[in-house]
Amino acid sequence: MSAPPDRPSPEDFLRQAAQEGRGKLKIFLGAAPGVGKTFEMLSEGAARKAAGIDVVVGVVETHGRRETEALTRGQEIVPRRDMPYEGRTLQEMDLDALLERHPQLALVDELAHTNVPGSRHPKRWQDVEELLDAGIDVFSTVNIQHIESLNDVVASFTRVRVRETVPDSVLEMAELEVVDIPPDELIERLKEGKVYMPAEASRALNHFFSKSNLSALRELALRRAAQAVDAQMLDHVRANALGGTWAGTDRIVVAVNELPGAEGLVRAAKRIADALHAPWTAVHVETPRTRQLGPEEHRRIATVLNLATQLGAAVISVPAATVVEGLKTYVTEARATQLVVGKSPRSRLFELRHGSVVDRLVRDTPGVAVHVMPLEGATAPRPRRNRARGAWGTRSGYLWTTAMVAGVTSAGTGLSHILTLGNVALLYLLPVMAAASLFGLRTGLYAGLASSLAYNFFFLPPVHTLTVNNPENIVSIVVLLGVAIVTSQLTSRVRAQADLAATSARSNAALAGFLRQLTSLGDRTEVCRAICTEISLLFGLRAVILESEETGLVVQAASAADTRMETMELAAAQWVQDTGQAAGRGSGTLTASDWLFQPLKAGGRVLAVLGIAQDDGSDPIRSDQLPLLSGLLDQAALALERLRLEAEMRDVDSVRERDRLRAALLSSVGHDLRTPLTSILAGAAELHREIDHPLLTMIEGEALRLNRFVSNLLDMTRVEAGALKLKVEPTDLTDAVAAAVADTRRSLEGHSINLEVPPDLPLVRVDPQLFHHCLLNLLDNAGRYADAGTPISIRAERRYGELILSVIDQGPGLPPGREKEVFETFRRLEGSDRAVGGTGLGLAIVKGFAEAMGMSVSASARSDRKGATFALRFPEQLLVKESGEVGE
Amino acid sequence: MTGQRILVVDDELHIRRLLHGTLTRAAYEVIEAKTGREALALAASAHPDAILLDLGLPDRDGLELVPILLRQAKVPLLVISAREATDDKVAALDLGADDYVTKPFDGEELLARLRAALRSKVSAHGSEPIVSAGDLRIDLTNRIVTKGGTELHLTRKEFDVLGQLAMAPGRVVTHTRILAQAWPLETDRRIEYLRIVVRNLRQKLESDPASPKLIVNELGIGYRLMADA
Repeated sequence: MSAPPDRPSPEDFLRQAAQEGRGKLKIFLGAAPGVGKTFEMLSEGAARKAAGIDVVVGVVETHGRRETEALTRGQEIVPRRDMPYEGRTLQEMDLDALLERHPQLALVDELAHTNVPGSRHPKRWQDVEELLDAGIDVFSTVNIQHIESLNDVVASFTRVRVRETVPDSVLEMAELEVVDIPPDELIERLKEGKVYMPAEASRALNHFFSKSNLSALRELALRRAAQAVDAQMLDHVRANALGGTWAGTDRIVVAVNELPGAEGLVRAAKRIADALHAPWTAVHVETPRTRQLGPEEHRRIATVLNLATQLGAAVISVPAATVVEGLKTYVTEARATQLVVGKSPRSRLFELRHGSVVDRLVRDTPGVAVHVMPLEGATAPRPRRNRARGAWGTRSGYLWTTAMVAGVTSAGTGLSHILTLGNVALLYLLPVMAAASLFGLRTGLYAGLASSLAYNFFFLPPVHTLTVNNPENIVSIVVLLGVAIVTSQLTSRVRAQADLAATSARSNAALAGFLRQLTSLGDRTEVCRAICTEISLLFGLRAVILESEETGLVVQAASAADTRMETMELAAAQWVQDTGQAAGRGSGTLTASDWLFQPLKAGGRVLAVLGIAQDDGSDPIRSDQLPLLSGLLDQAALALERLRLEAEMRDVDSVRERDRLRAALLSSVGHDLRTPLTSILAGAAELHREIDHPLLTMIEGEALRLNRFVSNLLDMTRVEAGALKLKVEPTDLTDAVAAAVADTRRSLEGHSINLEVPPDLPLVRVDPQLFHHCLLNLLDNAGRYADAGTPISIRAERRYGELILSVIDQGPGLPPGREKEVFETFRRLEGSDRAVGGTGLGLAIVKGFAEAMGMSVSASARSDRKGATFALRFPEQLLVKESGEVGE
Repeated sequence: MTGQRILVVDDELHIRRLLHGTLTRAAYEVIEAKTGREALALAASAHPDAILLDLGLPDRDGLELVPILLRQAKVPLLVISAREATDDKVAALDLGADDYVTKPFDGEELLARLRAALRSKVSAHGSEPIVSAGDLRIDLTNRIVTKGGTELHLTRKEFDVLGQLAMAPGRVVTHTRILAQAWPLETDRRIEYLRIVVRNLRQKLESDPASPKLIVNELGIGYRLMADA
């Protein structure tokens, strides 16, 4: 309920100061041509001249109208300037002459006019700006369809679009005068030929001048003028810091209560707001009385407020001692102009006693229009009350009161020798006041009655009878009863206000405690559980928290272990998750459920959904508890958001830790396996130098294989972990192939290598290490499966849109139809398994690496069916465009 | 060139034993260090002529030892490391190491690299203006390249690159070093230019440009000119 700032800001003063040396602009605004704007302007100009002001006509289009022309006769007219344009001579307002002449007031017709190209400004309104800047006041005219912001609107119903527009800002600083004649009269003038129309546009204009169009235009003009007045008035109020409610733009406030007709009230307010294009607010004043309402009434208030929200109202609860007070405060703060209230069907007696709420509102909110609507269907004259301390009081209250009266009586008897009769009556005030303040009105009345009876019986002569002789004593009895009534009412009000304060203190304490508990927890589930428990305890209901997971919403925590969500509940919760708005019982959506679901939102995201329900399936929450609940939800959402952020950071940490571990493992495996292999290989090679033994060859070969296997295992780990870090650089395939051939020379022993790699191939963008491993494995694979002594070909070909590198062997080839399977991890096709060594990892690594680099890999049987072809395809984007240059 | 003293730094007994065998067979004298600390002590006291350093040492990071050892001994240093550790090798070379061998290494290859490294120290004093590789002769002073006696026409960039390689015959020259010399101003597409120049060089120098024997690519590290020993 933020009221617009009503104190003038420094900018306001500056703006005003800047405008002080400037000329003033007055615009005669018309709905259509022919309404008499120019005439009006000239008349007013003439009046000013008569009043001794220096007036000059800058430009006026009389369109040959006699009355208009007559008006210009008495005026000094600055001659127009001839402007040559496309072989013709056009006349324009002579701005320089006008500035030179420097009158106090210049009359400049047709503000929206477009100047002849070559003029100083393209638009006449810019000329006018210059005049104003020079300190010359200006009168001008404009039609509503020339106003920029309304241009579309006008075109939409007149189907005539004008290109000459005036910015709204020009209007905003001007004083507007609407020149208005009824549409019928205008049409009449049109028929009489009094309205100027360019001949070429006559058909369009005929349509333009239909009655409905003119009415609409007129309404627009009037409304625009009113709007401008509004804005200026706001400036005025600000500049002069006037207090009080100023009827500017309308703001509508509707007061809702628990009575059955309140929906009608809200709809009525909506209609008023629509008619006035005004924002509106539905207000519920929380008074001590509303705190005593039953669940049924609270549900009704919630429904009404929901309805208002749906109809576009802002909704607010205002705590106050009385409805009138609350409304008065809110209406003034929000600068409401219209107040919609319902007339409750109260008894005449009630109104006589308390005065009508409406009467007091009208009296206390001057300047606000109060709409009074009958509350339809509000037959129940008084809502059922559900007092915490029942109206009739408690039995113990009566017992205590009786005891107190008896005590006072006996004390009075005991002290009768020193007390006068009147003072004894004073003694009886004690139980009356005590009973009224402690136990409420009825008990207080009972105390008063009992006291007066006891006083009468025991003390008033004739003693021990209930007859009263002295009329003076009747006064004592009346006083006792009166005190009972006044005291009980006073105390009950004080108590209600204390209740109000206590409630808000309790809310604050609850919020603080809640927050403390949530911040102390570091685990998401714990937080969810704490939220459920706290909310369940605070409001005495069942609570559940659902969070979105891949499979949908899942119950994260619940106050009762046996909480189960049925399809309907899940649907409602899902709706909340998706829309971020409440759903379920007591909301506007999916109300059939026993549960009410509220979103836990932070940073615009729904983090979780809270569901609440009563054990007995009644309404989950009273309307007066909603603010506290939403406060708690905000806190809960923040707590969850904090955890989410923390978890995110932990995730990053753990990924980093995992990467570090993997790197450590890989390097240690690499090192620990390689080192002994190196010794074996080198040792065998040294021995080989001295003796030639087939076993030595075997040792070398197997050690090499083991070495390759270790490499492959390490590579595979990297592929599977999805943790390939690519270091892509332009690579010459010649280098790559040569390196791979060099590194596989042992496993390819016995095979000759045919290199068919043209020297003019483009460079390719690959990670050299990964690509090397691809080639090693392809060559290794070829060496393993090719028939002994057959050549292995490495062929690179540039094709359209790609480059293909194939490794071709001669051997048993691949079983038809199973070409794809060869790339699966640990797959060695049975048909081709010739008990050669191999782990089946190699080709899977080829595939993994190749795809990581953006290549594709395929296997096929040779066309002559005498071997297999493995092809790596480099798509166009991996090829480096030949530039021919090598830089300087 | 016998009697030169090689300091072998490796924590693995078998590797040391092996290197010992290979090196003594080639008439080098071998001293061994098991840890970084021992290596530093020996580098300072035993006056080795070259150092073979395994990067995976138990007590210290091998890379960190490279500059310290070089400062102490001012002799060629070769790094021994696993295949995958390209970054380590480049780092070691950038730190001043002369060359590297990859585990599992080949004895002959190791000796060839060691010889090349040792020679470079000699040539650093009395410079060696003419480098031969097969039938190729590169005259660094006069910027003339002949193949089988015929002079080849090389572009300026081609000679810049070849010259870089020829100044360290038989040793690896990192991309970074070549690029810094040949394309000092370019930052963007230098690797690409280098690849193209090398390809052009091979077309002119190699008997079979598809399987180069003279200018050899060292995966992810640099190029090596296979000069005559």
